Amino acid sequence: MPSISRDEVAHLARLARLSVTEAELDLFADQLDHIVQAVAQVGQVADQDIPPTSHAVPLTNVFRRDLVRPGLTQQQALAAAPAAEDGRFRVPRILGEEA
Amino acid sequence: MTDLIRLTAAEIAAKIQAKEVSAVEVARAHLDRIDAVEPAVHAFLHIDGDRALQAAKAVDEDVAAGRPAASPLAGVPLALKDVLTMRGAPTTCGSKMLEGWEPPYDATVTLRLLEAGLVILGKTNMDEFAMGSSTENSAYGPTRNPWDLDRIPGGSGGGSAAALAAFEAPLAIGTDTGGSIRQPGSVTGTVGVKPTYGTVSRYGLVAFSSSLDQAGPCARTVLDAALLHEVIAGHDPLDSTSIDAPVPPVVAAAREGANADLKGLRVGVVTELAGEGYQPGVLAAFEAAVAQLRELGAEIVEVSCPSFDLALPAYYLIAPSECSSNLARFDAMRYGLRVGDDATRSAEEVMSLTREAGFGAEVKRRIMLGTYALSSGYYDAYYGSAQKVRTLIKRDFDAAFGQVDVLVSPTTPTTAFGIGERTDDPIAMYRADLCTIPSSMAGNAALSIPCGLSACDGLPVGLQIMSPALQDHRGYRVAAAYETARDAAQGGPLITRVPELEVAH
Amino acid sequence: MTVTAELMDYDEVLDRFDPVLGLEVHVELSTNTKMFCGCPTGFGAEPNTQVCPTCLGLPGSLPVVNGAAVESAIRIGLALNCEIAQWCRFARKNYFYPDMPKNFQTSQYDEPIAFNGWLDVTLDDGEIVRVEIERAHMEEDTGKSLHVGGATGRIHGAEHSLLDYNRAGVPLIEIVTKTIEGTGARAPEVARAYVATLRDLLKALDVSDVRMDQGSLRCDANVSLMPKGAAEFGTRTETKNVNSLRSVERAVRHEMTRQAGILVGGGTILQETRHFEEATGTTRAGRRKETSEDYRYFPEPDLVPIAPSREWVAELSQTLPEMPAQRRKRIQAEWSLTDLELRDLVNAGAIDLVAATVDAGAPPAEARSWWVSYLSQSANSRGVELGDLPITPAQVAKVIALVADGTLTNKLAREVVDGVLAGEGEPEQVVDQRGLKVVSDDSALYAAVDEALAAQPDVADKIRDGKVAAAGAIVGAVMKATKGQADAKRVRELVLERCGA
Ligand SMILES: [Mg+2]
Ligand SMILES: [Zn+2]
Repeated sequence: MPSISRDEVAHLARLARLSVTEAELDLFADQLDHIVQAVAQVGQVADQDIPPTSHAVPLTNVFRRDLVRPGLTQQQALAAAPAAEDGRFRVPRILGEEA
Repeated sequence: MTDLIRLTAAEIAAKIQAKEVSAVEVARAHLDRIDAVEPAVHAFLHIDGDRALQAAKAVDEDVAAGRPAASPLAGVPLALKDVLTMRGAPTTCGSKMLEGWEPPYDATVTLRLLEAGLVILGKTNMDEFAMGSSTENSAYGPTRNPWDLDRIPGGSGGGSAAALAAFEAPLAIGTDTGGSIRQPGSVTGTVGVKPTYGTVSRYGLVAFSSSLDQAGPCARTVLDAALLHEVIAGHDPLDSTSIDAPVPPVVAAAREGANADLKGLRVGVVTELAGEGYQPGVLAAFEAAVAQLRELGAEIVEVSCPSFDLALPAYYLIAPSECSSNLARFDAMRYGLRVGDDATRSAEEVMSLTREAGFGAEVKRRIMLGTYALSSGYYDAYYGSAQKVRTLIKRDFDAAFGQVDVLVSPTTPTTAFGIGERTDDPIAMYRADLCTIPSSMAGNAALSIPCGLSACDGLPVGLQIMSPALQDHRGYRVAAAYETARDAAQGGPLITRVPELEVAH
Repeated sequence: MTVTAELMDYDEVLDRFDPVLGLEVHVELSTNTKMFCGCPTGFGAEPNTQVCPTCLGLPGSLPVVNGAAVESAIRIGLALNCEIAQWCRFARKNYFYPDMPKNFQTSQYDEPIAFNGWLDVTLDDGEIVRVEIERAHMEEDTGKSLHVGGATGRIHGAEHSLLDYNRAGVPLIEIVTKTIEGTGARAPEVARAYVATLRDLLKALDVSDVRMDQGSLRCDANVSLMPKGAAEFGTRTETKNVNSLRSVERAVRHEMTRQAGILVGGGTILQETRHFEEATGTTRAGRRKETSEDYRYFPEPDLVPIAPSREWVAELSQTLPEMPAQRRKRIQAEWSLTDLELRDLVNAGAIDLVAATVDAGAPPAEARSWWVSYLSQSANSRGVELGDLPITPAQVAKVIALVADGTLTNKLAREVVDGVLAGEGEPEQVVDQRGLKVVSDDSALYAAVDEALAAQPDVADKIRDGKVAAAGAIVGAVMKATKGQADAKRVRELVLERCGA
């Protein structure tokens, strides 16, 4: 099993939006490596033809009727917002795909 | 009236209906007890006495007016794990990320409890976002085990289990992803039940691992657990994974089992769930319990479930993967903590700073592990393979239940360990869930019932009873029969042997 | 770093390269409620008033699939000649973006509900191009962000952003084509015609408002160039923000000339997202991401699989309306249209309006003429879609009937239509209020004719001498005197009669 490098941990942290500290990078690299080694034996079934299981009792086609259900008021929706303005959630500037 | 706190839920409900005691008196007795022992135990994150007393008053009014009880548990106090939403109270999940967050909606479980007339005392402590086996991962400090305040009460539902063992509440709600109801039940000498996945609604249960999470009853007796089980279980159209089938007759099974033997019952002992790494005191207590079952007339057979060896590693791929996605919503934009918004930083920077500050070490570790396991190129080896392992585990269960009615094992390999003992060693910590994880992965029903004290340290040991999916009542029947026999053999309920807590004045 | 290269002349592009297209269309379904919750989907509500715990992504909330959205997805799949999956699932597409409340989009990944279809697209000259459909899958829309403090309201330079989640969770169907090759010079036209054809088909299915201007139909255009004779595709760009049919065509054409300019200059095309600028007809690069996209797809554990029974699929296929292409063929035959006439009708976007006018009793030829010429001009000068003109097919049919029974001349009829468009009421009301009826009372006309003859005695004499052609001047004078409300043919008859010619 490939060990997890510091760079890889940094990449994962970016993907996961965690601004990890330098100390955490080392700690996580070490711990993730251990955990991944401990769980890697699961991969032994990767090329076996076994159907995956996701739930105890298999269900299909669970649908809702297309009927409006009361939701939240604007006030309720915004009640827990760190910041709000004009009925909207106020957030720091978004670095979007547009630039 | 301090005796009120030592009654069972069934007894309390009966006394309220018989007007021997009012629900308000019961609630007040428990609130007094909470005042007295919380400084030592720290089972609760939020207590709302006024609200509890109001709910109790409503029950008393029903009784006075001669209206039928809302449920067999009307007026009984309950402690709710802080992972289920309830209007008018914070839901924090033991995390700084959600400090003070008041959800604008009730979880289906909460709604059912309120409609059944249960008196919710408050919200209980837990490992942050239910990740942990000791409640040490709570951002608000650990909960202590009433059997020994220097030890952990199990996790993630340590608060709920400790509240029961400290007589702060006769009933509690827990949630079980890899053992978070059963393992705390085991180490606190209480009963904890993980119902079949899909039989209790997850709507309003803050998700850790969606395909594993299941809420269930925590109590001090099997009958109390069954009564609570019937209040919270049942189909919910707001949860797509909810099974549209009648609730298994668990109360009837608990009542019948309490006065019956186990003749004709076949019990399988899982050979993989014993051996190296198991505390001798745990194994001895477990073997005594198995002997008790044999005495009750059950036929005991050894059953091998070879894939169970892969359950723990597969669990530590599935749960982190799902949590890495479920916890992405905590991003400082719509609710919860926001850190670093100084009008110059971008949303992306504020998200990263907030998540770094708001999540504890274990949560971050699992998010990182899950992000890794799902990232491109690794899916097949990790998440995909882990889902295949679930199939293998399910096949092992199916084969076993072809031969026996229920399976048994110790609930945990060891008794409660010391606070701080495993915090630096995640893998050692993860082993606490070794025996509970197979049923989590397969989704079938499983419960833990106290089966004595370990000769090594005098701490409670749990017997795990596993039943096929949707056959939850089997476990209740066996547990109830065992409970009666155990109490007869041991001279009374195990829980009465919990040491008296130093009470604050 | 921005590389600016000359745009290449379009004909030269085609001499050197073959364009390859891939089109992704997102359609918002017009269901009553969102994909996974019971919130309404109406456009234009106050911000954050059509939200609930689920579409706000609140902790503990769960999705439940809207059955009507699945039904629409299957019907769309069938209309696009797709296979319908026997079994499929939703998947989570994980990426952080503030307009997405859960920071994952519930979508479909390797198990779309519909796949392997095709759509025949008719170009302006009648040529038919078959576009292969890769897949059509279900997903949810995002919320909308408003950027505050930037000079233009765009993200760039914004100080902060405001989020409205009313649109978050609205059901979307994403329809993805296979690569479209071999269209050469017509690539931009094919792209536009494909989107137009798809729009008409979705409208006929009654599954969406298909309003590109409101964002209920959105197109992303993937364009790459392959040097003539090359075996491998070139690097593609994906242009977003293309919100009209005309823009689809312009965006593809611009990308072809832009990419060719870079390639001949020895540059390379970056695989990137670009944005179409309506004002200049050009595309502009998006922000380059510092981390590669890794969506970490996995099956959505909060939902169970969808396994449409074959009976259900067969039932739904019975609900498909006549497809636009077939309908055109039928109408062409019924109204005896030439290919050219049909094309004009289609290009004017008038086919439904004309059909409705015919249904209201008008002869096809007149109905077509009104919509394709006079009303199309009116729409153009007002800058609105033909269908958005404030006149109904029934009103147009009424005007046609008034001409047929002699109440109006064609000229008066146009005035009546103008009155209706000006909001003056029903055609009859306009006729009354503006006093537009044809003067059919001969005694009144005799007086006007006599007056005109008396005013121009030399002309009158010419007519009396048999120079009948001179009558035009008198007719003109009479028409002027009656403000055009006389029937010119009748006036002419009276003039000739008075002059004994
Ligand atoms: Mg998409
Ligand atoms: Zn909603």
